[in-house]
Amino acid sequence: MITVYAPPGAIVPKSKVKLVVAKIRDVTSYGMLCSESELNLSDESDGITELSLKKYGKSIGKSYFPKSNSNLIDLSITPNRPDCLGVRGIARDLAASGFGKLKDLKEKKIKSKNKQTVKVKINKEKGQACRSFGSCLITNVKNTESPKWLKDKLVSIGQKPISAIVDITNYVMLDINRPLHAYDADKIEKGIVVRNSKSGEEFTALDNKNYKLDDGMCVISDSKGVLGLGGIIGGTRSGTEFDTKNILLESAYFEPRSIRSTSKKLNLDTDAKFRFERGIDPLSIEDGLNKAALLIKEICGGEISKIDIQRIETGKIKTIKFDTNLFEKITGFKIPTKEILKILEDLGFKIKKEKKYLRLSIPTWRPDISQEIDIVEELVRITGYDKIKILDPIKERTKSTLTQSQKLFHFLQRAIASKGYLEAITWSFTDSNYNDHFKDKNKEIKIVNPISSDLGVLRNSIFSNLIMYMSKNLDRGFKDLSIFEIGPVFTGSNPGEQNTVVCGLSAGKKSRLSWIEKERNVDVFDVKRDVVQTLVEAGYNSDKFFIDSETPNYYHPGKSGRLFLNRGKDQIAAYFGEIHPNILKKIDIKTESLVGFEIFIDNLKLPKKTLKDQKTKFEVSDYQKSERDFAFIVNKEIKAQDLINAVSSVDQKLISNIKVFDVYEGENIPENQKSIAINVTIQSSEKTLNDNDLEKINNSIIKAVEDKTGAKIRS
Amino acid sequence: MSDLKNIQNDYLTKLNNNLSLEEINQIKTELFGKNGLISSQFKNIGSIPESDRKKFASDLNQIKDELQNLITNKINEIESKKINEKLEKEKIDVTLPERSFVKGKIHPVSQTIDEISSIFSEIGFSVEEGPDIENEYNNFTALNTPDNHPARDMHDTFYLDENKETLLRTHTSPVQIRTMLKDKPPFKIIAPGRTYRSDSDQTHAPMFHQVEGLHIDKEINMGHLKGCLNYFIKEFFEVEKIKMRFRPSHFPFTEPSAEVDIGYEIKNGKIVIGEGDQWLEILGCGMVHPNVLKNVKVDPSKYQGYAFGIGIDRLAMLKYGINDLRAFFDCDYRWLNHFGFDPLDVPSNYRGLSR
Repeated sequence: MITVYAPPGAIVPKSKVKLVVAKIRDVTSYGMLCSESELNLSDESDGITELSLKKYGKSIGKSYFPKSNSNLIDLSITPNRPDCLGVRGIARDLAASGFGKLKDLKEKKIKSKNKQTVKVKINKEKGQACRSFGSCLITNVKNTESPKWLKDKLVSIGQKPISAIVDITNYVMLDINRPLHAYDADKIEKGIVVRNSKSGEEFTALDNKNYKLDDGMCVISDSKGVLGLGGIIGGTRSGTEFDTKNILLESAYFEPRSIRSTSKKLNLDTDAKFRFERGIDPLSIEDGLNKAALLIKEICGGEISKIDIQRIETGKIKTIKFDTNLFEKITGFKIPTKEILKILEDLGFKIKKEKKYLRLSIPTWRPDISQEIDIVEELVRITGYDKIKILDPIKERTKSTLTQSQKLFHFLQRAIASKGYLEAITWSFTDSNYNDHFKDKNKEIKIVNPISSDLGVLRNSIFSNLIMYMSKNLDRGFKDLSIFEIGPVFTGSNPGEQNTVVCGLSAGKKSRLSWIEKERNVDVFDVKRDVVQTLVEAGYNSDKFFIDSETPNYYHPGKSGRLFLNRGKDQIAAYFGEIHPNILKKIDIKTESLVGFEIFIDNLKLPKKTLKDQKTKFEVSDYQKSERDFAFIVNKEIKAQDLINAVSSVDQKLISNIKVFDVYEGENIPENQKSIAINVTIQSSEKTLNDNDLEKINNSIIKAVEDKTGAKIRS
Repeated sequence: MSDLKNIQNDYLTKLNNNLSLEEINQIKTELFGKNGLISSQFKNIGSIPESDRKKFASDLNQIKDELQNLITNKINEIESKKINEKLEKEKIDVTLPERSFVKGKIHPVSQTIDEISSIFSEIGFSVEEGPDIENEYNNFTALNTPDNHPARDMHDTFYLDENKETLLRTHTSPVQIRTMLKDKPPFKIIAPGRTYRSDSDQTHAPMFHQVEGLHIDKEINMGHLKGCLNYFIKEFFEVEKIKMRFRPSHFPFTEPSAEVDIGYEIKNGKIVIGEGDQWLEILGCGMVHPNVLKNVKVDPSKYQGYAFGIGIDRLAMLKYGINDLRAFFDCDYRWLNHFGFDPLDVPSNYRGLSR
């Protein structure tokens, strides 16, 4: 079959999306085959376009769409420049920048003796968003299709022609950014009232949807009820049709803030709303009516009435003082006053020169300008940003770049990576199903408007994401893998209720398929080493560490630990251990073993001294050292740490090292007991110890251990 | 006299035979043992007439050295032969794999943040941070973006409460507010971190990274802004020259505002920054709006300066030729391993940003 292919770089006519080479469901995609709907050929969106072999058989590989003669310039207008939502505004800016000359449009004015007979009233009430309402009545029109010139103009910028009257209002809007609305005057019952809506009022808008209104929305109404939402959308009841005879043309000014809040509440986005919420020139009411009414008369015939304008407030022209010196102060370069005056005049400012400053009247189409800095911006953007000189920075540092805790962050990050962990960055939010496993005692923090339900909560622990991605990687066929992330976890939904955590996961085996070493599962002592080594590298003294087995419920209750930097147990430095087997089962993760850790950076007390102060006097002992082995029988619940503490308490000066070299339970050992063998290094910094001295220490060690732990020395 | 000569000749001949280690040791004892032939000659020195004594002693020492050396050499020879024979049997296949090792990697975003910090450190910026959860005031209002302002539409915001009072920060700019409220001017900071927008497609991720820059002092103007960014971009891409273009734009919290493009070209399918006639937008910046300064109690008639915001992920993509933003957060082992950096590759000023 023959179809239409859109290569990377092509813009899909319907969605206006530019195609790029991208991965879709893990497969690299180079463009797409299009449906008729995507090509704007029809509404058929099932399957791809099928072209007739007869007609297109010879043009395979050629362009489906003929090249257009006219060039299309795509403009993206920043929200501060509503004036440039009309062709005239763009032309004015171009002319000020030196591209061509802005023509002075001598708009024809309506000359009529007929009165505008539809009564219009703006209710003076609190929060009234309509400041002025201009209108004119055109009678005995014949609404038709638009002439070709008008249709072509609208089509060329992607607008769909509807009928002459609608097209003309659109045309005027695009030309001078003046939204208009045309009512079928015969459908308005007893005049127009602009007022605040009452809760519960309803109307059907031109998008054929029914809207239920709150209190205080600005509506255009008649005696029967709501006709439309002012500045946002009209209603079907008074809409113009091809058989419409008499038209009431509206040209009004609505407050931007009110437009925005109403459209947000109703989730309604229209071209008129987009313009009004950015600010329409309040003085364009008459221009718009003149231009549109005369065009309607020209195309549809009919009689035009005088213009009627109702106001509850007369707009004042705003003025500001501008000190021309400010320009150089902000931009770093100078331009002559003559040039300043020319630019401002070209942009439509009226200038009065005072002694030390200029008094500027702001053009009514520029709601974005209210202070001196705004004038500087106008001047510098028209003059050209390329005129700004490059002032090279000075290489000078008066404050250290990183704080102590930032340094610690970077140190831990690289310390963990250097132990074989790949750094991952995952979302700060996660799937609540995963988060539930790891939230422990924290409360769930929901995002009100998540992009998808599986990213609906802020993570209480990094494990939730990490384990999900670990599982994905295991599914890719990698068996032995360590990953980590350093980043925020959240404890509440207020600013600051977050902690920085280094969290790692290690799966599978060590020495899998090794010819030289025996393979084994990763275990709690692997992660314990990674945690302890990292903390030691970061400058913490492992002799002071205190470890117990109280851990959150997502760890294996018997094979996990909690680490404090000291025996004071003030703040938890880290957890480490096997992930709870129930969790592994529930998320169906396929690995022999999964161990993890969390280091809580915010809980690590920063070293008081800098590196240069930490280096104390270098002192070593050259006196002979002796090593002694002891084996103790203890009750099972006694911890190795208790034994070590008991030994080191005997004489910290003489006992320089303690190693556990064997732990044994089983044969020859009474039930509920175990044997722990330790090796103790004894060395004095003052003399060589004689047999007598050593014997004394030996006895003290045995006594201390037996007294403190209830152990018995094994003979 | 002849005694010595005889001993010398006898033993030189003996030692020249093919001897075992035991036999050599036997000879050694015969000569140098407690009552060995040479040892006993030394005891005789006293009984030699004074006139001959000197020569006798000299000859004896010479013979002793000669024999001793010969014996030592013989022993060494045999021992090294023995070791060599043993080594011959100990040959192993060194092409067998080494003991396994693991290599960790630093994520390209983290590496890029370190590079950025290193560059700005040189010109006196320090690093500030702010929370991921922000209040509506710091994220918008204080930054001259009032409620019901269309500029808010530029940010698709994640909210944490129905009243839209707390949110995930949509940019790093609220750190400007926090920094200026906390301290007194001058300010010269960068603030890298996570940012969030409820926007997700091929080129947008709901979470991404930005670095904010802020320099406020008495006479900081747009020339300084240009100089700072020019320096940064050159250093970051590690090129001698760059083409940079400032385009007028609009951000509510800066005025005048600009977007900055850099020149590039595609060479052999790879993007080359700094040459060519194509333009690429890489950041937004401007002079801090007086309203923002007023909001943080800084007097805009005394202090002024610039701010900028740069997408870190995008910088990393450009520098390291990564073409898919979503992959940054997909955590694919192969990707992390491929684009990650060795933890020992810490970017610094003296050794350069990258290898």
